[in-house]
Amino acid sequence: MTSTTYREAMRQALREALTRDERVFLMGEDVGRYGGCFAVSLGLLEEFGPERIRDTPLSESAFVGAGIGAALAGMRPIVEIMTVNFSLLALDQIVNNAATLLYMSGGQFNVPLVIRMTTGAGRQLAAQHSHSLEGWYTHIPGIRVLAPATLEDARGMLWPALLDPDPVLVFEHGTLYNMEGDLADGAGEVDIESAAVRRPGEDVTLVTYGGTLRVAMGAAEELSASGVEAEVIDLRSLRPLDTATFVSSVARTHRAVVVAEGWRSGSLSAEVSARITEEAFYDLDAPVARVCSAEVPMPYAKHLEDAAVPQVAEVVAAVHRLGA
Amino acid sequence: MTEAPAESVAGIRARGTEEPAPEAMRHLLEQMLRIRRFEERCVELYSSTAIRGFLHLAIGEEACAVGVLEALTPDDAVVATYREHGHALARGMTMRSVMAELEGKAEGCSRGRGGSMHLFDAATRFYGGNAIVGGGLPLAVGLALADHMQGRHRVTACIFGDGAVAEGEFHESMNLAALWGLPVLFCCENNFYGMGTALAYAESETDLALKAAGYHMPSWHVDGMDVLAVARTAREAAEAVRQGGGPHFLELRTYRFRAHSMYDPDRYREKSEIAEWKHRDPIGRLADHLRDIGELDDAALEALEGAVAAEVDDAVAYADAGTLEPVGDLLRFVTSEPGGGER
Ligand SMILES: Cc1ncc(C[n+]2csc(CCOP(=O)(O)OP(=O)(O)O)c2C)c(N)n1
Ligand SMILES: [Mg+2]
Repeated sequence: MTSTTYREAMRQALREALTRDERVFLMGEDVGRYGGCFAVSLGLLEEFGPERIRDTPLSESAFVGAGIGAALAGMRPIVEIMTVNFSLLALDQIVNNAATLLYMSGGQFNVPLVIRMTTGAGRQLAAQHSHSLEGWYTHIPGIRVLAPATLEDARGMLWPALLDPDPVLVFEHGTLYNMEGDLADGAGEVDIESAAVRRPGEDVTLVTYGGTLRVAMGAAEELSASGVEAEVIDLRSLRPLDTATFVSSVARTHRAVVVAEGWRSGSLSAEVSARITEEAFYDLDAPVARVCSAEVPMPYAKHLEDAAVPQVAEVVAAVHRLGA
Repeated sequence: MTEAPAESVAGIRARGTEEPAPEAMRHLLEQMLRIRRFEERCVELYSSTAIRGFLHLAIGEEACAVGVLEALTPDDAVVATYREHGHALARGMTMRSVMAELEGKAEGCSRGRGGSMHLFDAATRFYGGNAIVGGGLPLAVGLALADHMQGRHRVTACIFGDGAVAEGEFHESMNLAALWGLPVLFCCENNFYGMGTALAYAESETDLALKAAGYHMPSWHVDGMDVLAVARTAREAAEAVRQGGGPHFLELRTYRFRAHSMYDPDRYREKSEIAEWKHRDPIGRLADHLRDIGELDDAALEALEGAVAAEVDDAVAYADAGTLEPVGDLLRFVTSEPGGGER
C-alpha cells in the first residue's frame, strides 16, 4: 500500500499511458509549463517533453477538434479541458464530430480519443466554473462517459479508456483532487463497464457517482447509526449505464434515492430513476427519490453554495421520507 | 515623462502628446492607488479566508483600467473579465459594494452571488465580470448593436486579456463588430501571459494590434504601464467610436506583478522578468513624474495614501458588517420576477 492522492493517482495513470504507448500525448491549456490548472500534470513536461505534453492556446474548439483529427490519424490523444463549463466552447467538436464520425462514415472512421475535465461545485467558484454538466454528455450516443470517484478509479480508468476505439469523456470532480488514501502497490487498470457497490446494505439503495459518492457514504454512515443499512452504488460509468447493478440492488432493498450534483430537470438522475421505474417498478416499496442540486446557477457565497448542492442531511431525510 | 509613442497600425495618426492638467494627473494617480491598495487588502483577506474562490489581482496593471475607464462617459457600457476589480472601481462602483461582493455579502454589487469574478452594476452599466475567456466579446458586440440600431452615441468598452485573442469568440466578435461598424472599444490587456502560457506559446502572431488591424479596425499599441498614454489613446479612440467611426482596438501592453490567481505558484516566469517590469510600475512612474514637475510632494502623497487607506478600511468594515443573503432567496432571479423591471 502507498499513501497517495487522487491527483497523484491521476498523474500516475497519465505517466503509465505515456510510457506504454508512444502514440499517447496530453494536450490542453496549461498542462505543461504551468503544471496543470489543478496540478495533475505537474512534472510531466519535464519527463516527456513538449511534443507530448502540449500547452495549447485558449482555443477549446480547435484543440479538442485537433484531438479528434489526431485520433483519426492514428494517435491516442488525451485532451484536457480545465472545467466542464469551458467544454461548451468545444461542444460542437465533441457532439458533431467525435460522437458521430464512426456512424456517419458507415463504420469507417473511429475516434480513439480521451477527454478529461473537471466538474462540479464546492470551491466557491460561482456560476461559470462549478456546474455538473456531465449529464448532458450522457445524452449523446457514440461517447463513453466515466466518473472516477475513488483513488483506484483515478489510477485505473485512463488506460482502458485509451484502449476504447471510441471517444471517452472522463469527469473529475474538483473537490476530489486532494483526497488522500492508500492505493495498492500494483494498482492499475480497472474495468470501466460496471457500477460498484461501495457499501452493502439491505434497507435502501443510494445511487450516486463522482463528487457525491462521499455525500452518499456519509449519509449511509449516519443512517447506519439509526439502524438503517443503505447500499451505496457508485455508477462509475455514466454512459453506458450499468443498469443491472442498481436495478438488482433495488430489487433487494425496495427503495432508491438517486444522489447527484447535476440539476434534477432533464438529468442523469432522471435517467437512473426512469430505469428503476422501468425495470424494478414492482419491487419498489416507495417512489424513487432524488437529491440533486438546487436549480440555480451556482452562487459564490459559501452558505448559498452549500444550500445549493446535495448534503448528507438531505440524503438522510430523503431516505427517512421513504419510510426506511 | 518618457513614453513610447502609441503607434498607429491601421492608418490612424499618432496620438498627441499634450499632457493633462496636474489636477487631472493627480486624479489618475489616486484612482490607481485606490485599486492597488484595495487589492493588497484583498490578499490579506484571502489569507484570512474572508475572500474565497478564485481571486485574480491586477496589481501592476492599474494604468489600463484607469486610463480606459477615464475615457468613458456615464452612458457608456463596460464588459470586463474575472480580473476586474480595478475596472469596477475606476468605473465608479463603490469600494464598499465591491468588497462586500468579494466577501460574499448580500450588500455586494451582485448580492454575494458572483464574488470576485462576477462584479455587476446596472447603475454604471457594468456588465460583468465574465469568467469565460473570450465570453464577454460577443456580449459587447450586442450591447453596441443595440446602441447602433437605436441611434444612440454610446461606446461599449470591452476589456479582455491576451489569452482571449486565441478564442474563436474573439475573431467572430471582431469581424462582426467591424463588418457592421458597431461602437465597440476593444481593449486587450496584454500582460504577455494567459495563466502560465506565455504569449509566444499561444499566438503565431504576437503583435495583437496588427492582428486586430486585419479586421479593418483602427488599432494601436499602447504602453499599458503609462496611464497618461492609456488615457490619451483611449480618449481619442473612444471619441472616434462615439462619432460613428466603428470599432477600435487598443493593445495595452502591461504586466501582472503577482501570480495569475491565489492558486498559482507562478512557476513559469523568471523572477528577473517580474523585477524588470516592476521598475515600470505605473503608480511610481506617474508619482515620479508629478514630483519632477513640482506637482506632488511627500505631504501630498501621504495625504493621498491616508485617504485611500481610510476608504479601504471603511470598505472592509462595511463588508465585514454585511449580512448573508437569506438561504430562502436561493431561487430568486433564476428567472425574472413579476414587475421585476425590464431594461
Ligand atoms: C474558455 C475558458 N478557458 C479557460 C479558462 C481558464 N482560464 C481562466 S483565466 C485564463 C488565462 C487568461 O489569460 P488572459 O486572457 O491573457 O487574461 P489574464 O488572466 O492574463 O488577465 C485561463 C486559461 C477560462 N476561464 N475560460
Ligand atoms: Mg494575459
